[in-house]
Amino acid sequence: MTLSRAQRANIQHSRLTAAPIRLTAAGRAARRTKTLEWIGVHSLAIAAALFFVLPFVFVFLTAVMSDQQALTRDLWPNSWHWENLRTVWETPGFLTWWKNTLIYAGLGTALTLLSSIPVAYALARFKFRGRNFALMLVISTMMLPPQVVIVPMYLFWAKQLHLSGTLWPLIIPMAFTDAFSVFLLRQFLLTIPKDYVDAAKVDGCGDFRALVRIVLPMAKPAIAAVALFQFFYCWNDYFGPQIYASENPAAWTLSYGLESFKGAHHTNWNLTMAATLLVLAPVIILFFFAQKAFIEGVTLTGVKG
Amino acid sequence: MTSTATIPTGRRRTIDPGLRRKRRREALRNLAFLSPWLIGVSVFFLYPLISTVYFSFMRYDGFTAPTWTGLKNWQYVFTDYPFFWPALRNTLWLVVVMVTLRVIFGLGIGLLITKVKTGAGLFRTAFYLPYLAPPVAATMAFAFLLNPGTGPVNNILARIGLPQPGWFNDPAWSKPALTMLALWGIGDLMVIFMASLLDVPQEQYEAASLDGAGPWQRFRYVTLPNISPIVLFAVVTGVIQTMQYYTQPLVAGKVASGVIGGSGQQFEPGYPDKSTLTLPQLVYHLGFQRFDTGGACVIALVLFALAMVFTALLMRRGSGFLATND
Repeated sequence: MTLSRAQRANIQHSRLTAAPIRLTAAGRAARRTKTLEWIGVHSLAIAAALFFVLPFVFVFLTAVMSDQQALTRDLWPNSWHWENLRTVWETPGFLTWWKNTLIYAGLGTALTLLSSIPVAYALARFKFRGRNFALMLVISTMMLPPQVVIVPMYLFWAKQLHLSGTLWPLIIPMAFTDAFSVFLLRQFLLTIPKDYVDAAKVDGCGDFRALVRIVLPMAKPAIAAVALFQFFYCWNDYFGPQIYASENPAAWTLSYGLESFKGAHHTNWNLTMAATLLVLAPVIILFFFAQKAFIEGVTLTGVKG
Repeated sequence: MTSTATIPTGRRRTIDPGLRRKRRREALRNLAFLSPWLIGVSVFFLYPLISTVYFSFMRYDGFTAPTWTGLKNWQYVFTDYPFFWPALRNTLWLVVVMVTLRVIFGLGIGLLITKVKTGAGLFRTAFYLPYLAPPVAATMAFAFLLNPGTGPVNNILARIGLPQPGWFNDPAWSKPALTMLALWGIGDLMVIFMASLLDVPQEQYEAASLDGAGPWQRFRYVTLPNISPIVLFAVVTGVIQTMQYYTQPLVAGKVASGVIGGSGQQFEPGYPDKSTLTLPQLVYHLGFQRFDTGGACVIALVLFALAMVFTALLMRRGSGFLATND
């Protein structure tokens, strides 16, 4: 969406400048500066792209090197050892980490959406005493480092509910909203005109039905963005699994397991990079499927209040 | 806020029962919609916060019953705990250098992407992708890229005859290395800046050009004033993120030191030479490695205070944050 706007601006711009061009000296000079600018911008862009892309390339190249070559300073593999990826995949535990991460991220995202949507709707639409205070509390908890409350939280889950060694202490709280998701959804719901809901209510629709039937279909892009963010948050989370799951390898996630993988193979970078690649891959693949939702989601994060 | 507040108390009795019933129904509805959050914020925020304050005055190792120690934990953290001040200094360094560079770089990349005409989609994807890399995987990748033994970066530096720093193994270079990692994941800022740059009214640029403004002047007098709220937003959220900086410095230290995962081997955060310590790591170190619950809670409260100061800043200036449309 944003891109097409840029393109439109460009087209407009080139029309404005193209019209008066005759082959005068000034016109030629203007055209030359334009060409130079094009070259300058694109060489800068290529240089920047190298900075962003080369790390992936080096990780990949090392991941398929032989054990001996990975101990050298070589940049390019002499022979391609695709079996490294297989070795990592078949490492005991890797599939368990994968499964655990998927459960954590999938269940966590579903629970977050279910619990956060009505709250975000109430904060965006209903008038009640203390609403601003509630919103401030949401923003504060969103900005709060998780380490602030971790000590009592751990004692609560471990000593009172005996759930340490599982991922439940990370999943269950999401059934009671996630501050960032509430905030993001609320920001979007504010932009939906009230009239739709009012019209539905005149037709005798209750608040909850109006939310489900009228508002949710209109909020699809925001819901998609929140779902993606939450999924990625869980997928990437390292601190949570470190606190609650580290004592039980059967509950490890990819992020936590990846680190232990490095511990077990610390002389060899090739297998570690192969494991890193296998953790990176699903994220990259998901991005290509949902690029638009992501980029719209980021712009939603607060700038356009 | 609600209309009840404005009705004089003397006339309250005359509100007809129908209206009152409607109000009660609305209150119940609000409660129903908000209940997941009310439970969540009480159980997972307010209760543990109060509990953290309580434990900060107690001696508790997680096994024997807690005992009252007054201000001893506070005194220990501020005067005797050798990690506290280095962690605070590192945080300051990261705020000054990393946050500033991230904002400048993010703005630069955002500007660049709005100027690119050929292959814009491809460039945008390339610039954005690293942001999505899971922090552990990204840190692992950079620990490899920058490792002094076989890392490609030092390999290339050697080939072109430049000095080769020890990066994550050298206390003077570990934070610059973390900064590079943070710049690599600039995607979020890039998108935010890109969106705000496209929102700058085109007429203002044209008017400035007619007045004879060059590219720098156009940037200084048209672009910057238009996007300054976003710059501020990026700075403040950057500072808050720095307060939460945990995974990258911890994993980088673990990988570079070679002490990870092994049974019985415990990694003391901060490698090399306390240069990667941050406050969240201290909560983990004291609370979960040293079993000093009280000390961990003191650090947690310091962290809480710092985070809240900057959040308040964000809410005060960011009226957009709290805006409503009724």
